[in-house]
Amino acid sequence: MVNRQPIDAYAHDIDEEKQSSVSGGSAASTDKRYSALFSDYEDPNALRRLASRIKDHTLHHLDDYLEQAESSLKRNGCHVHFADTDDDARDAVLSILREREITRLTKSKSMASEEIHLNDHLIKNDIEVLESDLGEFIIQLDGDVPSHIVRPIIHKNRREIARTFQREGIADDYNDDPEAITRRARVHLREKYMEAEAVITGGNFISAESGRVVLVTNEGNSRFGMAPSRVHIALVGIEKLVPTDRDLAVFLNLLGRSATGQQLTVYTEFISGPKDDSQPSGPEEMHVVLMNNGRTDVLASNCREILRCIRCSACQNVCPVYRQASGHAYRSPYGGPVGAVLSPILFGDRFPELADLPKASSLCGACNEVCPVDIPLPDLLLRLRDKAKREHIPQPGDLPMAPFATLATSPAIWRTAMTMSKAMNHLPIEMAPVRPLQDWLGQRTLPEWRGGDFRKWLKKRQSD
Amino acid sequence: MPATTQRPAGKKVLLMATCLCDAFYDDVARATVEVLQHLGVEVGFPENQTCCGQPAFNSGDWKSSRKVARHTAEVFAGDLPVIVPSGSCAAMHFHGNRLQFEECPDGAVESLANRTWELIDFIVNGLGIREWPGRFEKPTRLAFHRSCHLRGTGSGEAITSLLSTIANAEVVPFGQAEQCCGFGGTFSVTFPHISGRMGSLKLDHILEQHPDLLVSGDMSCLMHLTGLAQVQGRPVPHKHAVQVLRDTLQA
Ligand code: SF4
Repeated sequence: MVNRQPIDAYAHDIDEEKQSSVSGGSAASTDKRYSALFSDYEDPNALRRLASRIKDHTLHHLDDYLEQAESSLKRNGCHVHFADTDDDARDAVLSILREREITRLTKSKSMASEEIHLNDHLIKNDIEVLESDLGEFIIQLDGDVPSHIVRPIIHKNRREIARTFQREGIADDYNDDPEAITRRARVHLREKYMEAEAVITGGNFISAESGRVVLVTNEGNSRFGMAPSRVHIALVGIEKLVPTDRDLAVFLNLLGRSATGQQLTVYTEFISGPKDDSQPSGPEEMHVVLMNNGRTDVLASNCREILRCIRCSACQNVCPVYRQASGHAYRSPYGGPVGAVLSPILFGDRFPELADLPKASSLCGACNEVCPVDIPLPDLLLRLRDKAKREHIPQPGDLPMAPFATLATSPAIWRTAMTMSKAMNHLPIEMAPVRPLQDWLGQRTLPEWRGGDFRKWLKKRQSD
Repeated sequence: MPATTQRPAGKKVLLMATCLCDAFYDDVARATVEVLQHLGVEVGFPENQTCCGQPAFNSGDWKSSRKVARHTAEVFAGDLPVIVPSGSCAAMHFHGNRLQFEECPDGAVESLANRTWELIDFIVNGLGIREWPGRFEKPTRLAFHRSCHLRGTGSGEAITSLLSTIANAEVVPFGQAEQCCGFGGTFSVTFPHISGRMGSLKLDHILEQHPDLLVSGDMSCLMHLTGLAQVQGRPVPHKHAVQVLRDTLQA
């Protein structure tokens, strides 16, 4: 079909089992989010607005807070690296490892690292990387990519995972019992943890005031990875700052509930530097790589609100387009509404290639309604559609709107067209004036054309 | 997407019928006039009205949609409330237009934004009508599809509560009501598969409750849903909320 947008084509061809895993998992998360938020807060929307204001304030004074965060982190004994581009970030991580002759590490789930394809880069440079989050571990075994920002394997069912484990020798036999899967992964991963010399994590928040790096997980894998490692590297986007520790209360309460319907994630770590003498284990060195990678460009754009995002995935879960298409359709680590806004502008030079993403929405607004930092996602999608149009990036199925505008600003012609088009009622589908209309009519019937009838009725009523 | 200022109410209004009612759903526009007049409201209808410009706006052609919006703002100039029997077109006036005129503010367009009401919102919150003296002849199950443009406005609540006061009416809840029906204007053209699937899912949830009538405040959603239902061999009786108000009054 010539009018089909790429994401629709992807959804059309998607494996049925995969689609139902994605939509079932997302819908369940949406329900859980709703009950978790509304049972604990009388007005969760007030909390969302507060969180949005805190983030806005931080972004507005980002320079100042970055400076403050840098000195707090250093005071805590961390090394701070600023990485302007994805190359800089990859180089920073690699040189920390090389200087210390580290060749083995574990990594806990980090979207920032996905964004810069860190694993590939490290592996190419002979560093053994093991993903320690269960979902990411399975993705790594399968050579797949995550399809959801919180549940990377939402598109897989347990039968597939059991097959993977058997194939990769994680287990001797096939067993698709979720508990068995987890147990088997644990046995395998525990050994690897002990061999690792370094751990790479992301960071959900950094408090500029205290320099605390906050990590939330449900598996405790980052914590486990830290114990035996000499070096901890946290790769964090510069938008992850919050001004004070107090602000964390707002975000942590929202994050768990919005992401997984939990009041709090199982593990919440507040890391204030490398281990000190009183601690028996833990990294002796901690490095924080603060990554820009397009974020300051986003900040300068008219879609800067997207930088408030705390990667909770609530917008993905609720999005009817995401549910049909899966995250892979979005051609970037970020899928769903957040990805449709973020990817085209974050990877600035890829805008023409990703300009179709903002079209993948009926603009229903469900994403805005659930977003814990109240990002007006539909507005941002619209602004990006406008940008694509102004930059003359053609899109499949685009209907020419200039003639429509001419018609809609010529009332006399409009009225005539309304009455004349009654002929359409007798037109067979194949003769519909434009191809898209033909396709549309393949799926639906159209009501009878009654153009001008209301105006006629009203005139008569007024003259009676 | 609430209107941010106090909107004018009162017994003299202008009707924006919408292009969809102009072309297909003349009876919805008729019911709008009849119900408003029944409530003692004087309804003006500017002849030169066309469309709110949403198709161009949503497809990203803001140059075209701004042109249409300026035309509409001119046609509805003045200080009277502007009543629209569609949540989607009303939201175009008070939300979409604000977005597309952000960098080139236009007084007439802003004035229109401040005066626009979705029809039932106007009846309930503008005129203060909380109960509808209508009646169905026999117990009637209504499935109310809250269209997406009613999110964050007073309309969804207004329609549900007003319909519930009709004698013999029961508004029945259905699953995943927050989900979109999949119409989305040009979206349904360029995302035919996803749009169709979304519509079918919506129908599944609605029909599961065996409603006697599917009701909405937006004919665009109903056009899409009932068109799909027809082709799928499961037609469903449907009405705009204002038709329900008028028809139960007559019964
Ligand atoms: S945009 Fe909002 S809802 Fe979506 S992931 Fe980010 S914070 Fe969560």
